[in-house]
Amino acid sequence: MVDQTILIQNGHLVDPSQNIDGPHDILIENGRISDLVPKGSQTGTPDNAQIIDARNLHILPGLIDARVYVGEPGSEYRETISSASKAAAAGGITGFIMMPETNPVIDDVSLVDFVCRAARDTAIVNVYPSASITRGFKSKELTEFGLLKEAGAVMVTEGKHTISNAQMLRRALTYAKDFDLVVAQETSDRDLVANGVMNEGLAATHLGLPGIPREAEIIPLERDLRLAALTGGIYHAAKISTADSAKAIAYHKGNSNRVTAGISINHLSLNENDIGRYRTFFHMSPPLRAEEDRQAMIEALGDGTIDILVSSHDPQDVDTKRHPFAEAATGAIGLETLLAAGLRLVHDERITLSRLVETLSTSPAGIFDLPGGSLRKGNAADLILVDLDKPWVMSEDKILSKSKNSPFEEARFTGKVLQTLVAGRIIYTNNE
Amino acid sequence: MTKEIFHKIESFPHKHLLGIAQLSPHEINYLLDRASDAIEINRQVEKKKPVLRGRTQINLFFESSTRTQSSFELAGKRLGADVMNMSVGASSVKKGETLIDTAMTLNAMRPDLLVVRHQAAGAAELLAQKVDCAVINAGDGAHEHPTQALLDALTIRRAKGKLARLTVAICGDILHSRVARSNILLLNAMGARVRVIAPSTLLPVGIEQLGVEVFHTMKQGLENADVIMMLRLQRERMSGALVPSVREYFHYFGLDSEKLKFAKPNAIVMHPGPMNRGVEISSAIADGPQSVIQQQVEMGVAVRMAIIEELVRPTGKGGGDG
Repeated sequence: MVDQTILIQNGHLVDPSQNIDGPHDILIENGRISDLVPKGSQTGTPDNAQIIDARNLHILPGLIDARVYVGEPGSEYRETISSASKAAAAGGITGFIMMPETNPVIDDVSLVDFVCRAARDTAIVNVYPSASITRGFKSKELTEFGLLKEAGAVMVTEGKHTISNAQMLRRALTYAKDFDLVVAQETSDRDLVANGVMNEGLAATHLGLPGIPREAEIIPLERDLRLAALTGGIYHAAKISTADSAKAIAYHKGNSNRVTAGISINHLSLNENDIGRYRTFFHMSPPLRAEEDRQAMIEALGDGTIDILVSSHDPQDVDTKRHPFAEAATGAIGLETLLAAGLRLVHDERITLSRLVETLSTSPAGIFDLPGGSLRKGNAADLILVDLDKPWVMSEDKILSKSKNSPFEEARFTGKVLQTLVAGRIIYTNNE
Repeated sequence: MTKEIFHKIESFPHKHLLGIAQLSPHEINYLLDRASDAIEINRQVEKKKPVLRGRTQINLFFESSTRTQSSFELAGKRLGADVMNMSVGASSVKKGETLIDTAMTLNAMRPDLLVVRHQAAGAAELLAQKVDCAVINAGDGAHEHPTQALLDALTIRRAKGKLARLTVAICGDILHSRVARSNILLLNAMGARVRVIAPSTLLPVGIEQLGVEVFHTMKQGLENADVIMMLRLQRERMSGALVPSVREYFHYFGLDSEKLKFAKPNAIVMHPGPMNRGVEISSAIADGPQSVIQQQVEMGVAVRMAIIEELVRPTGKGGGDG
């Protein structure tokens, strides 16, 4: 099959990797960007080109979501690689990093192979596997970082687990450095968390739920940052949630350019009060924090302290969510709402559109050394067309993900992905 | 041609051999020359040079070692000394105080030479302070193993005709290796270019400051190497703590014919033994034409004869009150 030649005209291109923010026309041939010119300077249209009129639309590089949980292998009823990829496409995500938290845990070359093959055969977007840092998340033995990377793993992480043994993490950072592999960790001190289920504070006290202090995140994070400095390893604080975490990151970034940080869209959009009357879709790890934290994190995303924004898409079914709050599983889906929720910050003039695109596309591509994140000539044509002003309501029946645990159910958004292209092929079109 | 200004020395001026760090280049050369003479004796049918008749050598090994201990034993016997082997279980003697007690007991038996191997760095030095006789360090923890470095140097010198300006790549577990430390000191002193190749988890902090170039890939580290020294990797260190697996270690750091091609075509391959075939070195290389591993064993006896004779010989300073 010969790839269609496509000309996208009259759109407004935002591509921070090239400092472009203005009207541009894009020509796609053989799945790649073959030409990119300011509007009007296009010389003629190739024969047989399909023309897309992007008037009043924004063209963005396809989003790369660096934190996505999938149920395959092991819990396919919650989400398969295929169903996650369809949800991603609808959300404008053309590539995502899959967490190793599957059953079995992705800690071996053969499992990375499995994910790569399943993605190649069933996914409509790019799926990048990650591998665990230690075998079976047991914090005892390192996995084969070198061979895993050769097989296709793009980073190592313990998923929702935190390596509490400092010596183990030191060795992981030291060993990973030789392979230019990022060690990503979500920090949470198990003993401080204890049986906590939401942010420690007045809201938790009112609800009678055990709290999780901010220090449960900050103490191991500061330890990790010091180990990163000691080893010269490449460390990514995967999912921070408190104002002081951002301060710690900013401090250590002053000493090292190998430290980066991410945040989930949930922690930028919601706070502890959204839990309301024990709504389990808002039961998250780390927990939703106070409004002051959320405000500080938005600042930190804007000023570059936090590098990337992720969905932390975590499909859970009724069997794990329909429980009393404290007994319900943590996590929320987010592939389909990541961009729309991010655009709220743009519409509220908290961050620029260009910065949002950077945190959702350019920077994740850079940190994890992935193709994409840029619409330079010659790159694969992974891009999206977005109507920034289109209003829509997130209703459960429209969710493409196999699981429906969205904290944005019935939320009103402004801004919708109308088309998603991966390698020059249109894989999603919004029909509303 | 530049004039080599090597002041020939007539004898070895130290009472003990505790490490390479205490030796000057002249002294190293002197020992290697004396060892070369000993090779000839070892190749004769009659292998005795009984200059140490009536002297007593005690091999005190707190860590078991078949090859080093037998090499020292043979060296002493060929010089005519009475050699006694004491293998002390590592578990029964652990504390410094007990080590000294053992030393004092042995000292009372008036030996002329103690050859000591101990799992703790600094053990040989501590012993040397307490006894009246000469002490040879046969390996102390991850500190030094001077006779191994000397036998390696002799092997290289005989294969390559020199030590200066050779590029020597030491590969493997540098972190725990006394062989690597002694070799780095000796080769640097003799003007060789020393490289180390290892995953970062197997490198000690500050290794660059010992005057070596650090590499993390065999391809880069072996480029243009004249000498490749493989180190043994202990099994317990490959099971996920410092290295994930044997499979991954051999893939990146095991010496096989593919990786050997990165070095000079006439590069020699060395290993202090005992080897883990298929972990740090493939059998084809260990037994291949570039391997000098058997020569190393032969040079070991010669080097140890030279050193024992220097420290214990009748006119020398060894032997306590004489």
